[in-house]
Amino acid sequence: MQIPAPFDYERASDVANALALLERHGPESRAIAGGHSLLPMMKLRLARPEWLIDINDLAELDFIRREGDQLCVGALTRHTALLESTEVAGLFPIVRDAELVIADPVVRNRGTIGGSLCQADPAEDLSTVCDVLRAKAVIRGPGGERIVPMSDFHRGPYETAVAQNELLCEIRFTIRPRSGSAYEKVERRVGDWAVVAAGAAVVLSADGTIEEAAVGLTSVGLDGTVGEAEAVLRGQQPQEDLFVEAARIAAAACHPVDDQRGPVDYKRHLADELTRRVLRRACVRATGAEEG
Amino acid sequence: MQVSMTVNGEAVTRDIEPRVLLVHFIRENLGLTGTHWGCDTSNCGTCVVLMDGQPVKSCTVLAAMADGHDIRTVEGLVVGGALDPVQQGFMEEHGLQCGFCTPGMMLTARALLDRNPHPDDSEIRQAISGQICRCTGYATIVRSVQWAAAHPAVTDTAADGAGTGESNSEEVTA
Ligand SMILES: Cc1cc2nc3c(=O)[nH]c(=O)nc-3n(C[C@H](O)[C@H](O)[C@H](O)COP(=O)(O)OP(=O)(O)OC[C@H]3O[C@@H](n4cnc5c(N)ncnc54)[C@H](O)[C@@H]3O)c2cc1C
Ligand code: FES
Ligand code: FES
Repeated sequence: MQIPAPFDYERASDVANALALLERHGPESRAIAGGHSLLPMMKLRLARPEWLIDINDLAELDFIRREGDQLCVGALTRHTALLESTEVAGLFPIVRDAELVIADPVVRNRGTIGGSLCQADPAEDLSTVCDVLRAKAVIRGPGGERIVPMSDFHRGPYETAVAQNELLCEIRFTIRPRSGSAYEKVERRVGDWAVVAAGAAVVLSADGTIEEAAVGLTSVGLDGTVGEAEAVLRGQQPQEDLFVEAARIAAAACHPVDDQRGPVDYKRHLADELTRRVLRRACVRATGAEEG
Repeated sequence: MQVSMTVNGEAVTRDIEPRVLLVHFIRENLGLTGTHWGCDTSNCGTCVVLMDGQPVKSCTVLAAMADGHDIRTVEGLVVGGALDPVQQGFMEEHGLQCGFCTPGMMLTARALLDRNPHPDDSEIRQAISGQICRCTGYATIVRSVQWAAAHPAVTDTAADGAGTGESNSEEVTA
C-alpha cells in the first residue's frame, strides 16, 4: 500500500499564518496546495517532509484580476479556473491552449498554478507558458515581498527562487496591444506529461513587424526561452521562412534525452515542428487581437 | 488528529493519522467500500468522489485536507431509495462490465450533468478522460450518461425544463 511516510499537518488560515508556520517548523516543513505533485512524490518517498502546511484555505491567493496593464493571478488559482476564464483566454490564449492539455479535468480541479511553478518539473507546462509570457512572480517571506522575473525564478529542475520559508503568492502577466500567444503539446495519451511541447508569444509593431518574441520548449532540458531564435524573429515581418529558421534554431538549442517517451531525434523533430506551429498561430492571433 | 466532514449528508468525526488519504478514510474508517482504489500514480480515477460538488481523486487528497468539507461517494447517489438517473443509465446501457471503474465514472457523470444537463458525446468523453475503464471501451459509458441526461430525476426537472419528468423511483427498487 503506497501511502506517505508519517508527518505532521497544520492548516494555515492566511498568508501571514502560513509564513509563521513554515518559519516555526523549519526546513522540514512544506506548503501543500493541490497536492497533486507533492502527494505522489511523498507516496514514492521522493519527498519526505516532516510538516505539511496546508494553504488551501488561503482564499486571498485564489483570484484572477486585471490591474491596469497587468493580469494578476493568485498562486492558489486552480487549473480549472484558469481554463474557464474568458478573460485569460482573450488576453493570453496560450494559457488556455496549455490548460486544455494539462493532466485531466479531475486533476485540474485540484492542481494550482502556484504548485505547478514551484514544483518546477521539467515537463511542467505552465513553466513554459509563464516563461514565454515573461511573467513575474510575487514571493512573500519573513523579509516582506519581492518580485522575481521568470528568468530568475527557475533555478533548474525542481528548483526555484522560492525559499523554504517563503510562499509564491501571485503571478503577473503584462497585457500588451497587438500581442498573440500559443502552445502545442504532443503527449503519448490523453492527460500525460509532454513528450515535447512548445510555446510562443509575440508582440507586433504598428507596421506588422515582430517587435518582441519569445519561444519556449517543455520537456527537452531547456533553461528559460530560446534567445537566439527570438533574436532572429525580432524586427522581421511574420512569414513562413522566418518561422522555419526560428524553429530550426530552437530545435538545435534544446537537449532532449532518450527515454520511454521517445528517442532524441523524434523529440528534436517535434521541437522543430511544434515551434513553427505556435509561431504561426501566435502571429495570426496578434493580428486578430482587437484589444490587449 | 481529529477530522470532521460531511459524507453523503451525514456529519462524521474520526481520529486519524495526518497521512491517511481520503480514499482510505472513506473505505477503512467509514467502511464505505463503494469508492475504489486502483493505482499509486493518480491516473486511474476509480477513487473519484465529489468534494464540495467537484470530482477529485480521493487517493491524492489527504483526509485532513477534506476536514470541514462536503464529500459525496457513490453510496450517496441513491436519494430516498431511488437510484440516481446516472446509476440507472449504467444499467440500461450496460455502462459496466467488471464494475471497478464504475463508482468514479458515475460521480464524474453526476457532476458533469449538474453543470451541463445536455452534454454532447465529446463533452462526456472529456469529463471522464482522467479515468480508465479496461472493459467497456467507453462507448457504453458515454451512452449511459446520455441516458441519464435524457431521463433527469424529478428533482432535477424544475431546473431543467427539457426533462421528461418521468420518475425513476417507480421503475427501480433500490
Ligand atoms: C495524473 C497527473 C497528470 C499530470 N499531468 C500534468 C501535465 O500534463 N502537465 C503539467 O504541467 N502538470 C501535470 N500534472 C501536475 C499538476 O499540474 C499538479 O497539480 C501541479 O504540478 C502541482 O500543483 P499542486 O497545486 O497540486 O501542487 P502541490 O503538489 O501542492 O505542490 C507542489 C510543490 O510546490 C510547493 N508549493 C505549492 N504551492 C506553493 C506556494 N504557493 N508557494 C510555495 N510553494 C508552493 C509545494 O511545497 C510542493 O513542493 C499532473 C499531475 C497528475 C497527478
Ligand atoms: S486510485 Fe487511481 S487515481 Fe486514485
Ligand atoms: S467496467 Fe471494468 S474497468 Fe470499467
